[in-house]
Amino acid sequence: MMRLSCKETTRLLSQGEDRKLSFGERAALRLHLAICDGCRNLKAQFKFLRLAAKKLSQEEGEDEPT
Amino acid sequence: MRYATLQLRDAAVAEDAVQEALLAALAGESNFAGRSNLRTWLTGILKHKIVDAIRRQSRERPSPELESDSSEFDALFDKRGHWEEAPDPWEQPEGALEQKQFLAALERCLEALPERTAQVFMMREHLGLDTSEICKELRITATHLWVILHRARMALRLCLESNWFRK
Repeated sequence: MMRLSCKETTRLLSQGEDRKLSFGERAALRLHLAICDGCRNLKAQFKFLRLAAKKLSQEEGEDEPT
Repeated sequence: MRYATLQLRDAAVAEDAVQEALLAALAGESNFAGRSNLRTWLTGILKHKIVDAIRRQSRERPSPELESDSSEFDALFDKRGHWEEAPDPWEQPEGALEQKQFLAALERCLEALPERTAQVFMMREHLGLDTSEICKELRITATHLWVILHRARMALRLCLESNWFRK
């Protein structure tokens, strides 16, 4: 199984938001995340960015009268 | 209007998109019947017009910034690809989402990104378009798209980290 560096992990974490990762990629990712706090934090932050980007639209309209 | 400008980076083009959306709404281009909320309905039309405008922009001026190269984040890692400084968890990110100042900070971070990078990020994460749709609209490959999105996420994370979470 491939061993990921943190740098490669950031790439796979990002791609995991945009495509289905292969079985090997998912396994390698899980293995890396199990031992790496930094990359686990990054994963949560990528997820958060998606929520925040969605929120941007909802918030937009709220100032204006309906 | 601000919503359209954020995504199109061009006030004049954004104005056109908003006008087109309103005209389309008035002309009954898509049917309001059965929709619960007028704003949701209008925003839906506007999203289509924004995608149209982005498509036109990308035809008119192909963007050099879309070159795939993510070496810009090399400084974050050592030679073996490990973090020089590993990301810490963000405190109460959910709480931040409720704060207007946070959303303003996020907008500033988006504005600091290269134009096309920010657009691609918004098409994906804000408009929620499929990667295949974005590739088609912008005529780029999937691999290229992943590079751009990775770059956008890394840059936004760094920007929010220094401008909000570790202020």
